[in-house]
This record gives sequence, C-alpha cells and structure tokens, in this order.
Amino acid sequence: MLLGTNLLMAQTAAGAAPGQEEAPKVDWTGIAYYVLIFFLICLGVAIVGKILKIYDLTLKMQGKKGIKWNTVMAVICIVFLFVGLYGAYWSFTEQGSMTLPEAASAHGVKIDEMFTVTTVLTMIVFFVTQILLFTFLFQYRHSDKRRAHFLPHNNTIEKVWTIAPAIVLTILVVFGFFTWQKIMNSENLKDDINIDVTGHQFAWELRYPGKDGVLGPKDFRLVTGANLLGVNFKKKSSFDDLKVDTMYLPVNKSIRLNILAQDVIHSVYMPHFRVQLNAVPGLPTFFKFTPTITTAEMRTKLDDPKFEYTLYCNKICGGSHYNMQKVVRVVSEAEYQSWLSRQKPYLNDALRKELHFAAANNEQSGASTNRLALNN
Amino acid sequence: MSTLAVHDHAGAHHDEHGHEHHHDQSFLSKYVFSMDHKMIAKQFLITGITMAVIAMILSILFRIQLAYPDKTFPLLTTLLGRFAPNGRISPDFYLALVTIHGTIMVFFVLTAGLSGTFANLLIPLQVGARDMASPFMNMLSYWFFFLASVIMLSSFFVQKGPASGGWTIYPPLSALPKAMPGSGEGMTLWLISMVLFVASSLMGGINYVSTVLNMRTKGMDLWKMPLTIWALFLTAILGILAFPVLVAGVVLLIFDRSVGTSFYLSDIVLNGVQQPFEGGSPILFQHLFWFLGHPEVYIVIMPAMGISSEVMSVNSRKPIFGYHAMVYSLIGITVLSFIVWGHHMFVTGMNPFLGGVFMITTLIIAVPSAVKTFNWLATLWRGNIRFTPAMLFAIGMVSFFISGGLTGIFLGNATLDINLHDTYFVVAHFHLVMGSAAIFGMLAGVYHWFPKMFGRMMDEKLGYLHFWLTFICAYLVFFPMHFMGLDGVPRRYYAFTEFASMQKWLTINTFVTWAAIIAALTQFGFLYNFFVSIFKGQKATQNPWESNTLEWTTPVEHLHGNWPGEIPTVYRWPYDYSKPGAEEDYIPQTVPYSQTMSSNLPHDFEDNPAGLEELNKFTSTLKANEQVK
Repeated sequence: MLLGTNLLMAQTAAGAAPGQEEAPKVDWTGIAYYVLIFFLICLGVAIVGKILKIYDLTLKMQGKKGIKWNTVMAVICIVFLFVGLYGAYWSFTEQGSMTLPEAASAHGVKIDEMFTVTTVLTMIVFFVTQILLFTFLFQYRHSDKRRAHFLPHNNTIEKVWTIAPAIVLTILVVFGFFTWQKIMNSENLKDDINIDVTGHQFAWELRYPGKDGVLGPKDFRLVTGANLLGVNFKKKSSFDDLKVDTMYLPVNKSIRLNILAQDVIHSVYMPHFRVQLNAVPGLPTFFKFTPTITTAEMRTKLDDPKFEYTLYCNKICGGSHYNMQKVVRVVSEAEYQSWLSRQKPYLNDALRKELHFAAANNEQSGASTNRLALNN
Repeated sequence: MSTLAVHDHAGAHHDEHGHEHHHDQSFLSKYVFSMDHKMIAKQFLITGITMAVIAMILSILFRIQLAYPDKTFPLLTTLLGRFAPNGRISPDFYLALVTIHGTIMVFFVLTAGLSGTFANLLIPLQVGARDMASPFMNMLSYWFFFLASVIMLSSFFVQKGPASGGWTIYPPLSALPKAMPGSGEGMTLWLISMVLFVASSLMGGINYVSTVLNMRTKGMDLWKMPLTIWALFLTAILGILAFPVLVAGVVLLIFDRSVGTSFYLSDIVLNGVQQPFEGGSPILFQHLFWFLGHPEVYIVIMPAMGISSEVMSVNSRKPIFGYHAMVYSLIGITVLSFIVWGHHMFVTGMNPFLGGVFMITTLIIAVPSAVKTFNWLATLWRGNIRFTPAMLFAIGMVSFFISGGLTGIFLGNATLDINLHDTYFVVAHFHLVMGSAAIFGMLAGVYHWFPKMFGRMMDEKLGYLHFWLTFICAYLVFFPMHFMGLDGVPRRYYAFTEFASMQKWLTINTFVTWAAIIAALTQFGFLYNFFVSIFKGQKATQNPWESNTLEWTTPVEHLHGNWPGEIPTVYRWPYDYSKPGAEEDYIPQTVPYSQTMSSNLPHDFEDNPAGLEELNKFTSTLKANEQVK
C-alpha cells in the first residue's frame, strides 16, 4: 500500500511536469523518478536525524547537556505564532479579497451586517486565544529550576469566562433570530413576481406567470415529454404561463421563488443575493427576496464586463451536480417588460398536440395567445 | 457501589489464581479472538489506522482531480480501471471518493478507531478493573467493526462502484438506484456495513458505561476519575442513545429501496418516468440522520478533549484547571448535543420557526466549548511544560478546536447559514474542529499511551517532525477553504471549470492539494515510527511520563487482569501535579493523604472531617515546632 501511494503522489507531479501526450500510456520512468525523489527525501531526513543524534552524543560525552529539544520546541512554537499570524493576515487580505461582492439584495445587506459583526467578535477571540496559547507554550517551557504553579481552580475567573461568552452569544442569537424571522417570514404581497424554479437531474426549469400573475398548478402525475413540469391545464391560470431560459429579474421588485424538485434533492443557490433553499421532491418551498443591484451596475462595480449573476445547485444530486447552472440577470423594469414580452408560452404546439387541444380547445388557447399578444 | 467494589475484589483473587493458566493461550485466542481489553484496544487501533490510511489515500485522489481538472494521469486508469477512464477520475467515482472518505473518517476512524482504542485501553486501566464488564461482548464489538470495515471497503469491487450520495446519504438520491451508479449495490453494502457498525458501537458502548459505573476500584468515586474516563463515559452514553436512531433511519431507507415503501419518497419523476411513491418526506430522513449525526460529531470530539486534557495536565506538570467545570461542560455538551441537530437543516425547507429554535440551542452549546478552551489555556499558564510529541498533538488539538470552533458560530446562526450552507466554509469548519482536532487528539493518545500498549517508546524526534509538518499542512489545507466558501463555492463539486466565477480558485486548489500531499506523505513517517517502535523501540519504564493515573501502576509486561496483586486503592484525584510541599512534582492517585502530610491542603478534605482534623493537628504542630525554634 505504501508503495502504491507513493506512486500516486509521484504521478501527480509526473503528470504536471512532462509534456502531455494524448496516448494514455503510463510514464513509468517519470513515476520512478518521483518515487526516487521521495526515498531520497526520506534518506535525507534519516541522515539529518543520525547527525543530530551523533551531535547530541558528542555533547554528552563532553559532559554537556545535549540538545535541549524542549527549548527547541518552545522556540518553534513562538516562531510558528509569528509566521502563523502573518499567514492568517496574508490569507485574509489575499484570499479575503476574492470573496463575494456586496449583497445584491435587500435582505442580503442585513446578512452581511450580521456577518461583519460575527467576524469581528470571533476574530478577536481567535487572535487573543491563539496568541495566548503559543506565548504560554514558549514562556512556561520546562525548567528544572522551578515548579509549576499549583492552581486547581478559581471560581471567580471561571464564572467570568462562562458568563462572558454567554452574553456575547446571546447578542448574536437575538440579532440572528430576528433577522432570520424577518427573512423567512416575509409576507406575500400582491405584486410579488412569482417565479417557478424546478430542479431535476441536471438542469433547472423556469416558469413565469403570464398576465394574470398566477402560476398554474403542477402535478407530477401529469409529466410527459412535452409537459416537463406537469402543469395542470385544467386550470385557466396555466394557459398564459411562460417558459423561460434565463432568469430575468426587475430591480427593486419583490421576487418570490417557488422551489421544487422532481427527482432528488437539489438546492437553489444564488450567493450574490444571499439566497439559498433546498429543492425537495414532494415539498414545495419558497424564498422571497428583492434584488437591488442590476447586472450592469454590478459589472461596473466589479470592473468585469463579463460578470453574470448565477443560480446553481448546492446539494449533491448526482454525477453532473457540478454543472447545473442558470444565468440570472437583474435589469430595469422597462428592460424586464420588453424581455417578458418576447418569452414563449409554456403551452407550445407539441404540448397542445399531446393534450389534444388542437381540436377541442383550439379556439380557447388561440384566444389566450391573442390576448397575450394584444396586451403586450 | 461499595458492595460491588468488595465483590470485585473477591473476583480479583480468583482471577489471580487462574492467571497461571492464561500463559498457554493459543495464538488464536491471544491475538485474534482475544477477550483481553488491551489486545482489543490494539486491534481497534491498528484497524483504525489502516482505515485512516485508506481514507487519506481517497482524499488525495479527489484532491488531485480538484487541482488538475484538465490533466490526464494514465496511472489513475492503471490503478482504478473503469473508475478513471482516459486518465481522469469520473464524476461519479469522484463523488464515491468523497462519500467513502467521509464515512470512513467519521465512523471507522474517529468513532471506532478513537473510542474503540482508548475506551478499551483506558477504562479498565484508569478506573482500576481487571477487564471490561463483558469481555466476550467486547470481542464481538471488535469483530462486528472489522466485518463492517470489510463490507464498506468491498463496495469498491462492485460493478457500479461504492455509495456516492455523500456521507449523509440523503434520499431520494440514495434511495433510487437509477439516480446515480453509486446508489445501486454500493449503497446496499454501505447500509449493511453501517448496521453492523452500529451494532459494534452499541456493544462497545454498553460495556464502557457498565464498566465505568460498576467496576471502579476502591476509593475511585466519580469525582476522582481522570477526564479521559469522563469523556469516554459520556461519549459511550451519547453513542448508546444516538446510534439506534441511525439504524431506524437506515432500516426505513432499506425498505424504501427494496420493499417499495414510501417513507422518504414522494412525487418523484426520474428521467421523465413517474415513480410510484407517495406521501413520504425526504426531510424525515434528514431529521433521523442528524439526530445521530450531530451527537456523532461530539462522539468524535469528546474523547479527543478528554485525552488532550489528560496529556496537557501531565506535561504541564499542573492540575487541569477547573476539573469540575471540565466535567460539567462535558455533561452540558452531552445533553445539548441532542437538541441541536436541526442546524444542519436550516435551508432544507424545514419550518423556519424550527430553524430559529435550533439556532438558539446551537449557540448555547458554544458556551461549554468556550469554557473548555479557556480552561486548557489556564492549565498551560504558569506550567512547567514538557514538549513530548503527545503534548504537541494535544496543543494542536486545542489550536484546531479554537480555529474550527469559532466558524461554528457563523454556521450555527441560521441567518448566516443561508449563504454558507454546503459551501467550502463548512468543509473548512468541520475539518478543523472535528477532523483535525479529533485526529490530533487521537494521535496525542497514541504517542502518550504507546508505552502502555506496547511496552516500548516511540521515537520522539520523528514525532516532532510528524507533528510540525502535519500541523502546518493541515492549516495550509483548510484555512484558504474558508474564503472559497465565502465566495460561494459549493462542496462536492467535481470541478470548478464550468463557472467563470470559480476558476480563480484553481491556483488555491493546486496549493491545497500539494499541502495535502505533503501532509499525507508525512503520515508515512508516523507509520514507520509506530510499527518499528512496536518491535524495536526503546524499552519503556513503568511510568515514563511521571503521571498520576492508575494505568501507570501496572507492570510494563501485559498480563490478563492488569495488576499482579490486588487492585490498588485510590485516595485522591488524578491531578496532584506540582503540589506545594510535595517531594516530587506528582503524587499518584494510589498515595494516601497520610503519606503526604506536608503537601495536604484543607481543600483535600472537604467531605472528610476526620482527615481535616488530622491536617489541622499536623499544621498546628508544625507551627508550634517553628515557634520553638
């Protein structure tokens, strides 16, 4: 097993170094080369170990004390503290700047505030405790000359550091609780834009309501090749529903995502808007939010002309889980309306044929399409 | 309890008598179907280490995919065959790697490997018992675990590969064999393996609890037990109460998979075909799973906490600070861990009100955790610290526990969890707080009790090298992942090539992979040290760390029954280190107060008025003598 892993490790490097050839031939010399390097490193470690041992013995033979490993470890601890602090700082600035831009939704701003408060509080604790930990290690390293301070307990200080975190956490809990309730228990307004998001392996289906602003009901029993979502066309509200490819959202309008999955659990994740909710088969859910920054504005802010908001799957759902995305565009109200008018109805010709609407309901559906056209 | 203790002594003599016959044990009954707790502990440890190495190799495989998503490695095809066609790991096999890595690490290494090893080794030795309450059941516990391990690994050899729905195996993905290849026979084997695993865990747990409650030696009351025992005891209770719920969840899943019931399934259209399931709820499984799953992370971390407390006290030559607070915080964690499971489900579609409640309970559990951390720091304060490899690993455990624990405050907050759920932030969080911290606790235990297990010492210098490389690399691997999570990068993604926004993380992924590879290679230094020291290490003395606890009063050579004569009586708590007035800087638990008059404190006689009177008499004579002088 040991050998096998070495080969694997070596292969990582081997693959990285030599020129890639399409022929799937194993480059055994390359692998052998890396295995050899590994064994040379092991040999090096062993040689250094032996040298240290001999040095230690000579010191002892001369009547000296030998290498003070305990002090060496204490020094490494304090060095680690400084290097680690710098590393943490570097990581915060370097990778910290690669994280998500400011929240592009109304509730997202509140989440970000909460995040900042939590970060500040926890980072204070992080730095103070890690600094204490490693300084204590250095400062109180072993010495034959003294004894440790016998201190089994101290009730006052123990009470202090039970109550202090309790207070801090209470503050966080209270703020978190009310923010959470506000985000999740938003009321349904009349002019909410209802959007239907349905996940299946491995894509999202989007459905917008037509003029009536109401999405037609769905039933999984009605799913067919043409009626992928199983929309129930016994209800009138279904007829003007629109099938959509890219999710367009008007800025500063309350959006209600109606979320459902057909086969396995998926998760609607729109990190820029601080939106996430699982799509569960048999359990329709919804998430309400208000986008506040248009795609165009975000592009200028980030100085990235190609920037797009995205919606992607964030719950393991099978082999292509890693590529299940939809583009989301936040636009002005006018752009939104003009885009909406160009969208095709869910009830397309194939579906109509399948439902035998061609004969019986031709007039009715024709009328609805006309009305749609007229209104726009 | 006192009657039981007397009974135990009667039994002890009998045991001693029969001891002569134990020498001619056959190979099979000594090394294979052993009923000696020390041998079973070693079996658990070596199986656990083997499983850890396998799971580590799996992690390197998927790290290679994440670092080099566009490169081909013909060797992978040679090694993995159909799972890595054309020199690249397939997306389905990638998910299988992630799943089995998680399953093995959480259950087989950090539950069985950690609790199994140290509960078996330390409970009888530290409470003063000849063996476990039921040695036979103890043996069964190991062999069920072994069988579970074999079945879990055998799933790599079925046609469609091992289970691959993530270690949390949420249905419907895990319930529908057509949803992904891994949900076929691979998932069946996973479920069988887990049922056997839980059986093993229960047999072990019942044994640990009954041994701690009934078989303590004379004088060993609950408040004289070392923190390792407290931690292992409470861990066993958690396991006994939580694991059966997983079995319930798993059995219902088996029904859904093979009998056609709909416990977890409803309204499903798979590949355009309606499935005949109605009325079930996928959320139900998540409740059942996390009802075990959350206590499980404390099952993983509490033994590590106990071991670290003990190791840090011994090597700081100081009593653990706030022993009672340490015990109460363990009890607090045990109780609270049962009512926080919903924080894994904030965004699953569970009622948002429930989310709010679980957020409150979750953040409460941070208080006992904080108390423990501060007490560890106070234990080091003004200590006289010896850096043995065990001590370094215990310190590493504390450092990881802080770093990973603090991010738990983000994730336990439902509001923040909306955007962090299932991202790399979570991966970073739990790999630090329960992955790295628990494995460091386990390694601390291995280095510390190696002399007790094998009668020899491990090489200290190699231990130092092992610690520093692993410690630094673990931080290099997991620290940058926080920021990936803050950028909305999801976990369990096969590649980050499909998203323009994620491609910038490729360099970080390559960096992380190389840190992981170095950490993995370092472990071979540990394996070398471990296995060579078993046979060639320096012979250990009886009490190499000058420790107070009972296990160091047993002879170096193992014998069935642990102590050659009577089991020693315990007179004091286990943390009398550097007591002022004492000759040495440690006073073993077996030394009565009457022998240490110069170092006794009024505090030692809180519930013993006669002793206090003795002490007062002693101090007054001492004072009188001084006045005479």
